[in-house]
Amino acid sequence: MHLIQQLLFIICAGIAVAFFSRNAIKIRRNINLGREEDLNDNKSARWKNMLLLALGQKKMFKRPVPAFLHLAVYAGFIIINIEILEIFLDGISGRHRLFAPFIGSLYPFLIGFFEILAALVLVSCVIFLIRRNLLRLHRLNMKELNGWPKSDANLILITEIILMTLFLTMNTADLVLQSRHIEHYTTTTPFWITSHFTSLLSHMSDGALMGLERTCWWLHIIGIFAFLNYLPYSKHLHIILAFPNAYYARLEPQGKLENMPAIQNEVLYMMKPEMAPPPAEGEQAHQRFGAKDITDLSWKNLLDAYSCTECGRCTTVCPANVTGKKLSPRKIMMDTRDRMEEVGHNIDKNKTFVDDGKSLVNDYITVEELRACTSCQACVEACPVSIDPLDIIVELRRYLVMEESNAPQEWNLMFGNIENNMAPWKFSPDDRDSWVNEMSNS
Amino acid sequence: MSVTIKSMAEYAAGGETPEVLFWVGCAGSFDRRAQRITKAFAQILDKVGVKFAILGKEEMCTGDPARRAGNEFLFQMMAYNNIQTLNGYNVKKIVTACPHCFNILRNEYPALGGNYEVIHHTMFLQQLLNDGRIRIKEGGAFKGKKITYHDSCYLGRGNGIYEAPRAVLETLDVELVEMKRCKTNGMCCGAGGAQMFKEEEPGTTRINFDRAAEAVGTGANIIAANCPFCTTMLTDGVKNQEKEDDIKVMDIAEMVALSLAE
Repeated sequence: MHLIQQLLFIICAGIAVAFFSRNAIKIRRNINLGREEDLNDNKSARWKNMLLLALGQKKMFKRPVPAFLHLAVYAGFIIINIEILEIFLDGISGRHRLFAPFIGSLYPFLIGFFEILAALVLVSCVIFLIRRNLLRLHRLNMKELNGWPKSDANLILITEIILMTLFLTMNTADLVLQSRHIEHYTTTTPFWITSHFTSLLSHMSDGALMGLERTCWWLHIIGIFAFLNYLPYSKHLHIILAFPNAYYARLEPQGKLENMPAIQNEVLYMMKPEMAPPPAEGEQAHQRFGAKDITDLSWKNLLDAYSCTECGRCTTVCPANVTGKKLSPRKIMMDTRDRMEEVGHNIDKNKTFVDDGKSLVNDYITVEELRACTSCQACVEACPVSIDPLDIIVELRRYLVMEESNAPQEWNLMFGNIENNMAPWKFSPDDRDSWVNEMSNS
Repeated sequence: MSVTIKSMAEYAAGGETPEVLFWVGCAGSFDRRAQRITKAFAQILDKVGVKFAILGKEEMCTGDPARRAGNEFLFQMMAYNNIQTLNGYNVKKIVTACPHCFNILRNEYPALGGNYEVIHHTMFLQQLLNDGRIRIKEGGAFKGKKITYHDSCYLGRGNGIYEAPRAVLETLDVELVEMKRCKTNGMCCGAGGAQMFKEEEPGTTRINFDRAAEAVGTGANIIAANCPFCTTMLTDGVKNQEKEDDIKVMDIAEMVALSLAE
């Protein structure tokens, strides 16, 4: 009987790991569809960002209520993983509570601690569900979340509640079985939380309790394997990618835009033709200026999109969004991910990308959204996991203006004024210092 | 008071080097309201004896609105010309009263060969106050006045400068009241990203109306700003609240200029 359970467990674990790896490789491939960008400098600052922002959740604490609830779920997730390790080894070895004999009196203390975390996770997830579905917080009920994003969020919370309930039920049954000195159920001192609930199960027969304990054990671990494999399809992927995303965050001041060396050189050769290199053999195809589709964005933009958990902190501080414009930085990230996955499926199907006549601009993100951005960087500042929606907006704007000459008439006038009058307004350059005369004559 | 302001070309012709170049910017040069900020700042520099120059007619738009609208070609052309001029005069230090010029000169010109020490005028005012070069008169015009300070995006979030402007305001003995959205959470005035030069997209309200309402809500008599574009946007927003008779929008330099000790 044990041997069958062991075999079954190993098969389940094997399938879970293999399937997850397959999807992880695809995600990596999709991210690498982006342009190259070297973000390996200043490693110490990068580690510091990862520790403070991802591990330490520094920016989450700008909003204390969700921060504490999130911390409970996050700490629960990280720390209960130690228990998952035991469950995993139990599953392979056919033992029960493998670690108990080795660490003695520390064991019930640890399990008790995990139980408290599990209870906190459970309560927090219930509160999160209430915030989303009953209190209907504006940030969590905006129109870009209609459909799958809302279901995704609820599914994650419900799964976590079920997993924690299974874990706690398993321990309760275990304690009752321990108290009856059933063989195989290693006796420990009572666990902190479940010991208060043993009376609920004490009427059950030994066989029924063992059945309950085993069922919870199996459902819990299968649930975890399933959840692992749900991540690649979900916004919940942030629990993994928040870490590399914080590590690879741009370290420049937020006000700084990325330079475009290709255009810098074109202008240089226009001003100083003698510096232009002779046209090379087999000249490269015209490089697109700015970004029309996800392949024109940097790989970091694409990693950003996969790291986004759609919390909407960016959108609630976006001046355009709070004044009713269509722009939502969160939607920019969601659109980028959706388009990237569409391109990924296209590659899966056709071996290589076959033009589908679509692009990130227009088909996903409209010109009206892009135009509304004030480049105020509030979205960049707000993101707890170092996502930069502004960088994508600027790249798409660059494409519109430089490749499609798509600018509002007022901007074209402004461009013309800068070019001809050296100022964005129609003033004569000769009057630039007229204020000086006014001062010396006053 | 008559003030004589010399250009870089005039300094060079006299074989002299100024302490700092005052980058006036397009708004500060041409916009009637912003010209008053420029004059106030120049007056302070002159009064405390800072040897400064302007580029005068040789100054050009930094290219900021073009770059942020997406027109990188135009930006690169402007930057190329400006860097030629600045490097030609061997400029080392620049002060500007515009956070957009400040950000682009400080962060984006170095990649193009323009390397200067660039400071914003509020930072320079703080240094001059700390060094005792600017002295504020006792019981000045702003003593005890309720003032709220609006962080511009490109000085605040863009470059992390939140304290220098506040430190300058404190020397004026004002009662500083913060808006709920301040410092890293500061709300944009609506002008950045080349929005100044076009109509807003359809929405429920204008960004500057929203921000000005928040500033008016603090009960402040004066909204202190550090950016000519914010000044314009907020003035317009205060008018929308029909508070233009009670609440003034002023640049920090204008406030300091009115508070100088004799």
